[in-house]
Amino acid sequence: MLRVHSYESMGTHDGPGLRLVVFVQGCRFNCLYCANPDTISTMGGKETSIEEIVNMAKSQKAFFGTKGGVTVSGGEPTLQAAELAKLFKALKEEGINTCLDTNGNNMNDEVRELLEYTDTVLLDIKHMDPAQHKYITGRSNENTFKFANYLKEHNIKTWLRYVLVPGLSDQEESLQSLGEYFKDYENIERLEILPYHTLGKHKYEVMNRKYMLEDVPSNTEEQLEKAFNILNPYFKYVQVN
Amino acid sequence: MANRKDFKSGNWNEKIDVRNFVQLNLTPYEGDASFLCGASDRTKKVWDACVQALKEERDNGGVRSIDNILVSTITSHKAGYIDQENESVVGLQTDAVLRRSMKPLGGVKVVEKALAENGLEMESHTRDIFNYRKTHNDGVFDVYTDEIRTYRSLGFLTGLPDNYARGRVIGDYRRMALYGTTRLIEAKKADLAAISGPMNEDTIRLREEVSEQIKALKEITIMGSYYGFDLSRPAETAQEAVQWVYLAYLAAIKEQDGAAMSFGNTSSFLDIYIERDLQAGLITEEFAQELIDQLVIKLRMVRHLRMSSYNDIFAGDPTWVTESIGGTMNDGRTKVTKTSFRFLQTLYNLGASPEPNMTVLWSKDLPLGFKNFCAQVSIDTSSVQYENDDLMRTTRHSDDYGIACCVSFQEIGKHIQFFGARCNLAKALLLAINAGRCENTGKLVVKGIPALKSDVLDYEEVMTNYRIVMKEMARVYNDSMNIIHYMHDKYYYERAQMALVDTNPHINLAYGVAGLSITADSLSAIKYSTVKCKRNEDGLSTGFDIEGDYPCYGNDDDRADSIAVEVTNFMNAELKKLPIYKNAEATLSVLTITSNVMYGKKTGATPDGREKGVAFAPGANPMHGRDKNGAIASLSSVSKINYTSALDGVSNTFSIVPRSLGHNDEERCENLICMMDGYFSKNAHHLNVNVLNREMLKDAMEHPENYPQLTIRVSGYAVNFVRLSREHQLEVLSRSFFERM
Repeated sequence: MLRVHSYESMGTHDGPGLRLVVFVQGCRFNCLYCANPDTISTMGGKETSIEEIVNMAKSQKAFFGTKGGVTVSGGEPTLQAAELAKLFKALKEEGINTCLDTNGNNMNDEVRELLEYTDTVLLDIKHMDPAQHKYITGRSNENTFKFANYLKEHNIKTWLRYVLVPGLSDQEESLQSLGEYFKDYENIERLEILPYHTLGKHKYEVMNRKYMLEDVPSNTEEQLEKAFNILNPYFKYVQVN
Repeated sequence: MANRKDFKSGNWNEKIDVRNFVQLNLTPYEGDASFLCGASDRTKKVWDACVQALKEERDNGGVRSIDNILVSTITSHKAGYIDQENESVVGLQTDAVLRRSMKPLGGVKVVEKALAENGLEMESHTRDIFNYRKTHNDGVFDVYTDEIRTYRSLGFLTGLPDNYARGRVIGDYRRMALYGTTRLIEAKKADLAAISGPMNEDTIRLREEVSEQIKALKEITIMGSYYGFDLSRPAETAQEAVQWVYLAYLAAIKEQDGAAMSFGNTSSFLDIYIERDLQAGLITEEFAQELIDQLVIKLRMVRHLRMSSYNDIFAGDPTWVTESIGGTMNDGRTKVTKTSFRFLQTLYNLGASPEPNMTVLWSKDLPLGFKNFCAQVSIDTSSVQYENDDLMRTTRHSDDYGIACCVSFQEIGKHIQFFGARCNLAKALLLAINAGRCENTGKLVVKGIPALKSDVLDYEEVMTNYRIVMKEMARVYNDSMNIIHYMHDKYYYERAQMALVDTNPHINLAYGVAGLSITADSLSAIKYSTVKCKRNEDGLSTGFDIEGDYPCYGNDDDRADSIAVEVTNFMNAELKKLPIYKNAEATLSVLTITSNVMYGKKTGATPDGREKGVAFAPGANPMHGRDKNGAIASLSSVSKINYTSALDGVSNTFSIVPRSLGHNDEERCENLICMMDGYFSKNAHHLNVNVLNREMLKDAMEHPENYPQLTIRVSGYAVNFVRLSREHQLEVLSRSFFERM
């Protein structure tokens, strides 16, 4: 059984093509700007059988075309890696493309098994600087780099994702170091710049939690363009998501 | 001058057989949109005059002017022009553009009311005619039973074509170009001669009908002469072909004001003439586009005189000049031609528009260049709807069909339809809960329904009652249809259109249901959660307490979706058991147009938690806000409704914000194509595609003057958003717009 928070059956921004996005429950990061704070607790969500999700994917397979498929996002999917491995294995048996959206904080045998059935990893890099990463997420970025290295060694197709928060993660030197660090990773097909948005803010009010980035505005077009121009030379493809 | 001998000959030379002509002479086009031209200077001048007239119409409360003297017939009004020297295609319903005319044979009181609402009276000599001449509306109400009146007035049956013309018939307007009236009259005379005794009622009626058709063809010839054309002979050039087809259609809309009067499937036919003239060097691409642009301008200017209450069921002054584009031939060749592109191109050359109602017959095998162009046009204009060609072609066994009204298959020249409006499934469910009594008035509507044993609703008990109710509603609905269509034939027969249809065609009676999603959710709630009925002192339901979650239709959850499927199957099967006037075949639509608002108003609180008076979801759409798993899950649910149980069409309206469709134009097109290929491969039938921002619609409500051409697709057709009532605008805004966080 998987703890599922919700579904988005017409995902167009979480991996290639049209995708069924399964948001699972639970995450050990505590990102200041988390847009899905309701997915953080490992206790919530709805216990859902693998079979139910596979059936949903099979029903919607006709929409996936040649590129699309299923993306598991969250929350942090790798916290439920053993169950997810079963899901992805079943999806692969149905000929359905799989995508894993992760912060790369967890690596163990179960995660390694999960990656065997994963077509594309969407790896979220929160920040290059360890201290800044800890400030944003509450945790070190050491594991994420190890995770990235594992993907590189096993040549697993990867899209890097980077949330661009004004004043928090858009420093020019951080972006340059992101590019420098990953520029030789052949398995990285694209980098996605995720603009910061406040669409999750209302959830904090509902949950009676303080929103930490109260005064941070959304990115301006200029900020996005600047980040794009810095990162573009380093990667095969850069997309502002 | 081009010659008829340039065409490959075949059966069409011997018999009236337009399909054969198209099959033999069509030039399929597999390329992209790069050959297309912008609007010519002449077109721009004509369109500018129309834009001005449209503004005057809007400023004048929606009606520019009315002729209150002359009853409109094929020959009543002489030639009318917009800007004669720049018009490549001519012909208006009256002497001036956007001037409406009276067609009182549907019901003289209706016309009088419409005139009065516009501060006019019917000219007294004209009015006097109807002291001697009975109309359709009078005929129907002479025969209506008390039972039908009850179902009608309480809102179980609504929008019936008993006080307006039924429409839905598509004349094969192509016949005018291919044959001319001399040949068509000859064929009809031969048909008439072959209809012999014994003279029973059917035979007598048919002979009279064919005689009327012949008279109509003669009148069409006269109407053509007003514009200096000789319609007695076939069209010779591309320009004449377009002109002849349009004048045949013009005859129909001068004589009839049917709710929906579709144009058919003319683009591939016209392409044959255009392609030949292009090849012969007689015309240029710019002129080819000018012809289609100017034809489309004419179709955009079609108007009928309506009373304001008509707006409750068909909001936004629609005319449903539906043109079907694309599709595939039985032999596997595509029917997409360059003229398919040229029709869609009008949405760029003239700006977005609800009319003509552009309908793409989508097949998985459509050329990619055309799929891409369709997707781009949808994203840019929200003016296109899509129907499943692979499904219709194989289920209905024809590759020469058009769409009647919004979504309904009609084999051109071979079939016609009797329009049946719709019955209210959700309100009927409340009869099952209230011992057969109307929840609003307490009036006993269906006898023999036992009172429920408990206020906690039991699924099996409710379903048993509901099946009896549906059976009874089907019976009364069928009675009303037989009366209406008998009377319409008698007092308001479509002679001009029927003259362009085979004698004694196959007829589909197009029944309909409204409130499917509310019904499915209500039954799902009863089945999967605990629903307690609250009742007033008269024992009538006033609201429902729901404990626990229940699966809603629209989330690709079979528990709820299967109920929607079952209810549709059941209602269709009940209707099919009943005999129909002229031996028509019963078909069913899940389609509401905009009447979902009015139906909701007439329906009390329902067991799904919907409150009294709240609008239903349109057509087969899941109820807004309940399709929580996103667009694809919602589409998957709708695709489960069996087309074979709803052969008149299963309408689904899909609205998405551009961003949710992808990052950029290329991705959006690709995703939209992928989505439609997927949807239709699951045997779904119809999809309206809106790619719009909610903010834009809100702004358009506040500043309509800035959005004169803003077009959106609603259930089965498109409307000018700014011409909708505020209530309908708010309803559109409340619908599910698929957005992502």
